[in-house]
Amino acid sequence: MSRLKSSEEYSRTKAFKFFRWLGGSKDPYIDTVESRHPEEEKYTDEELEKIDEEKRLSREKAYDLGQNKYLRAFECAYKILAALFCVFFAFVLIYNVSYLPPSGAAERPVNNEVSERYIEKGLEETGAVNIVAGMILDYRAFDTLGESHVLFTATITVLILMRLDKKKDEKGDKADRASRYEPYDVILQVAAAVLVPVIMIFGIYVILNGHISPGGGFSGGAIIGAGLILYLNAFGFEKTERFFTEKLYKRVTFGSLAFYALAKCYSFFCGANHLESGISTGTPGAIISAGLILPLNIAVGLVVACTMYAFYAHFRKGGF
Amino acid sequence: MDFVKNFPLFMIVLCLLSSSTSTLLKKEWARIVNTALIVIVGVMSYMVMVYCQANGSFTYMMGHFPAPWGNEVRGGVLEGFMGAFFCVIMLLSMLGGHKKLFDEVEETKHNLYYVLVDLLLCSLIALVYTNDLFTAYVFIEINTISACGLIMIRQNGRTIEAAVRYMVMSLLGSGLILMGICMIYDITGHLLMSNIKEYIEGMNGYSVPLLVSIALMSVGLAIKSALFPFHAWLPDAYGYSTVSSAAILSSLVSKGYIFLLIKIIYRVIGFDVYKGTHIIDVLFIFGLMGMIFGSVSAIRENDVRRMIAYSSVAQIGYIYMGIGMGTELGMSASVFHILSHGATKSLLFIAAIGLTEVSGGSRHFEELTGAGYRNKWSGIAFTVGSLSMVGIPLFSGFISKLLFAQAAVGLSGRMLPALIVLGISTILNAIYFLKTVIRIYTPVEETEFFELHSKQIKRYATVLAAFMLLNVFLGVMSEPITSLITAGLEMFS
Repeated sequence: MSRLKSSEEYSRTKAFKFFRWLGGSKDPYIDTVESRHPEEEKYTDEELEKIDEEKRLSREKAYDLGQNKYLRAFECAYKILAALFCVFFAFVLIYNVSYLPPSGAAERPVNNEVSERYIEKGLEETGAVNIVAGMILDYRAFDTLGESHVLFTATITVLILMRLDKKKDEKGDKADRASRYEPYDVILQVAAAVLVPVIMIFGIYVILNGHISPGGGFSGGAIIGAGLILYLNAFGFEKTERFFTEKLYKRVTFGSLAFYALAKCYSFFCGANHLESGISTGTPGAIISAGLILPLNIAVGLVVACTMYAFYAHFRKGGF
Repeated sequence: MDFVKNFPLFMIVLCLLSSSTSTLLKKEWARIVNTALIVIVGVMSYMVMVYCQANGSFTYMMGHFPAPWGNEVRGGVLEGFMGAFFCVIMLLSMLGGHKKLFDEVEETKHNLYYVLVDLLLCSLIALVYTNDLFTAYVFIEINTISACGLIMIRQNGRTIEAAVRYMVMSLLGSGLILMGICMIYDITGHLLMSNIKEYIEGMNGYSVPLLVSIALMSVGLAIKSALFPFHAWLPDAYGYSTVSSAAILSSLVSKGYIFLLIKIIYRVIGFDVYKGTHIIDVLFIFGLMGMIFGSVSAIRENDVRRMIAYSSVAQIGYIYMGIGMGTELGMSASVFHILSHGATKSLLFIAAIGLTEVSGGSRHFEELTGAGYRNKWSGIAFTVGSLSMVGIPLFSGFISKLLFAQAAVGLSGRMLPALIVLGISTILNAIYFLKTVIRIYTPVEETEFFELHSKQIKRYATVLAAFMLLNVFLGVMSEPITSLITAGLEMFS
């Protein structure tokens, strides 16, 4: 309390208000405004309806953004600024491209000893006819290990977001399922019966020949995943569940990822410590060749196929 | 070859293996695996640090092919230290937020939470140890996606919105970083950090693409670590997610990106080249603005968790100001502030949850009155954290402010703004943190709040005590740590 001012005078100063705010007791209406409860109002039904109507109108008007001048001006300015920024950014990038090395020229910096060794010695060192497979699964396998776990992370996030874990009562659930998820389209079923085996076999072919011809785990897995989704659409969850359940999905994903990590850990460990890994590259071009690339392709393919199917199933139904 | 050199590989593979194993495990087991993993990785990282102090840094070939062809990781003093520090903070945050996680997350999804934490740890360790730009990008992706999952695992509307915001901003950042990496690759033909640096030193021409790619990478990482004008995603993400997520996101995820930026500055572009560009000025100015505006937003905030979140914007501003000074001293002050902010911010989040718990679950200031008496441990811990953030001697925040001030003295053109803003920001920090401390120690009469069980209190109190000790340790024993940081930064170049 200030000694220079009387308490009445002091209560009007800013310091007093500040300390009251600090103490949490600031309420300008206490003791300054007389308050009493309003009398209860009585309305007839008609009046009530009218009031509701007025409330509805005012609410609509208040939330109608078109009515708000400032918001409209802000939105307008926002759009213009965003467009200007995009134009500016595009201009910077285009300006920048004109300074980049000309595409296709022999003297580009990217044509250096790195790509030279990939192209010239790739076949000999990795045993893979498909240089790209050799590059992503042998030379730079660590990046691909990370990349396959990106897929895994994405699936886990989708599981968190979409999986419905609340147990509904069994009967209602089944009836609900039958009406919503079980299809009856004969044309689709016949077409799928013809197409799905072909798609599956093609996917397996792409994965198994990943080290010989263009393709590999990622593309083959996507093909198999698409086949599974087509099968699901044609025949429904009940039939798919006979061979593809959540348990199987978990085990396959775990098995392939763990195999990938362990196999690559072994090969990295041997390579870095200059030990013989005992993995031979075999005869280039043969189906069993190129060391670890074939099993890794299979593992990646399984992960990708499971991921695609799991995404679809979760977005559609919230579970397998 | 010494066995310790294998540890970076073992750490990463262990994280990946335990993450995929945890999908099959029950939640208790997933939790045990997670705790054990964090401890093991921390110990390994510490051993790497000790090894490097004696023998200098090393590179480790990932596979049978040497570096520009195969992948490579690099171990050094600073890498080892950061890895171990991240593990300590993560362990404490997980233990401290365990009960809240139990309450807020659906029971069937608990093991998924641990899976995500394992993956996040993996990506942080990989970001710290990587020596290759593309490897860094791959693990940035894992980091981003798992951080989104950690935000939205507590499923209510707010967190979903926060996760969407975080995802949009963060993916924008990733895109910019990827563009930058592509351009660097186009003009140098390498992805390995040391090779790029060598090439850039002897390069003539291509100055425009180099500048653009530096800018893209810096801005991308700045968006992901919530530097001032790009911080819109931050308050919701930190304010509404479950408390371990908030602590991990604020003290580890954003710091991992800043550490990567420092690594890029030193090991990819070269400190001298980076100083020559004007991007460093931009970072400096944004840092200063963040220091002021972050604090102002925090003062206006009426929700204690969001207030702490806004304070992060200010603290990230400090770190970028240090980077923007363009001197070795500024850089080591920044690295120290990464540590001190990491230790303090997670402490504050965990303490705040204890305070709101005894105030009927409300996070508003009025309800918190007197909370320090109802939950004594949280009150003390919150006070310690606040004092540290304000910069009272004995605590870690003081040392980092001292280091920033020392680094600023004598810089032509940057001394005055840096010192003035440092002063203003300290006062603003004091306003909102001490206001909260006074508020939680204002006595109230009624005592009708539920009590926590003694066992839970014991574990919670241990975590808080460990955090406070860590804070005081950083504040009192700063000398060896700063010399370690300086040695580590020298080892970078």
